[in-house]
Amino acid sequence: MKVAATLNVNGIAYPVEIDPHASLLHTIRDQVGLTGAKEGCDDSECGACMVLLDGQPVNSCSYLALQAEGREVTTIEGLAPPGELNRLQQAFLEHGGVQCGFCTPGMLISATALLQRSEAPTEDEVRIALAGNLCRCTGYEGIVKAVLAVAGNGGPS
Amino acid sequence: MSGSLLVASTVDDAVEKLAAGARAVAGGTDLVVGARQGKAPLPESLVAIHRLEELRRVHEDDGESLRLGALVTHAELAAHPLVRSRLTALADACAIVGSHSTRAFGTIGGNLMNASPAMETGGPLLCFDSTVMLRSVSGIRALAIDELLAGPGQTTAAPDELLEEVKVPRVPEGTGSSYVRLEYRRQMEIAVVGATAVVRIEAGQVTDARVAITALSPTIRRVGEAEAALLGTDGGSEALRSAARAIAAAARPISDVRASADYRSAMAAVIGRRAIEVACGRADGEQIPVPASAVFSGGVG
Repeated sequence: MKVAATLNVNGIAYPVEIDPHASLLHTIRDQVGLTGAKEGCDDSECGACMVLLDGQPVNSCSYLALQAEGREVTTIEGLAPPGELNRLQQAFLEHGGVQCGFCTPGMLISATALLQRSEAPTEDEVRIALAGNLCRCTGYEGIVKAVLAVAGNGGPS
Repeated sequence: MSGSLLVASTVDDAVEKLAAGARAVAGGTDLVVGARQGKAPLPESLVAIHRLEELRRVHEDDGESLRLGALVTHAELAAHPLVRSRLTALADACAIVGSHSTRAFGTIGGNLMNASPAMETGGPLLCFDSTVMLRSVSGIRALAIDELLAGPGQTTAAPDELLEEVKVPRVPEGTGSSYVRLEYRRQMEIAVVGATAVVRIEAGQVTDARVAITALSPTIRRVGEAEAALLGTDGGSEALRSAARAIAAAARPISDVRASADYRSAMAAVIGRRAIEVACGRADGEQIPVPASAVFSGGVG
């Protein structure tokens, strides 16, 4: 039986009607209608579905949507105003951190979480923080460079 | 998919739901991920315990034991000054669980109750003589960690019991500890082999030693022979060699997708020796970074 709930996503309260065991990812994509967070592996291996929950990075494919009620969800769509890019997103473009783009939302969320808790991470810290986000295109070099370019240089926004 | 999920607002509320047949979910990093991977379907009836603020605290009892609430996350434990200084092996373990998202949502209570023989926190908690407090509608009982862990994925807790907190007694001065795992990659890894060592050194002599093995037997367990090999020695290379031999002899590993039993047995000696070396170094006041595993795998992150 479906239950009614409210999810706060990127500062907007969305009424949803979901299965109690529904994942946060499917609820965001299918009910809220934001498709930036991606389904890669659907079991917490790849990080393509990563969003922030109260500022902390979570693999939304393996998190129950009802547990996110009353908390603040931030998806890739919430990192910058519509039609704009923040500094981190811009750096991904400039440093070749984007190829097919499928991992990019999760990468940006993961890097945002890192930069929130550590203003000037080392390259090793960046690589460790992004280890839960798999990319099959870039070889990671451009992504790591982009994060380092923003780190210690005023932050992501 | 069907089923139900109730979000508990008090511990009493949660244990009542458990008594009625519900199963607890906190960060979901084992339960929900396991269901996604097809290990076991999600329990039909779930009680979410993530809002129970009283289980989110780390506090000190009169400067004696540290009490870790069941919902304290790996990230919080790895960063906690008292955990890093006194229970360094636990900080080593918590700092390498999963990825930063696993550590942000995975809890100490969930890690223990999932009862994987490869869990990171079990060895340190066992060597620190920790006790878990289990609550049900009929009351609270205390269980030592070795009484809790019954086998792969199995505990002696009844299905209606909620792990409320973990009590870790004060570690005496002069104690150093470490948890080291053999890993193929530095994040999103499950221990191939793991070892914990807690060593107290007074006037150059080992006066207390605890050694536990991880992913080397059906449950995480202490190795008395390795502890005996260290006791009364100077913690030098001779003692380390015989402790490492004892660890390898105690290992009863399985072969699985990550390693063969033979490889695990061979590596048990190596990883066990590293854990003891780091613990002795820390007992001597050497500054060895957390997590200790990173020291052996190419960096500290």
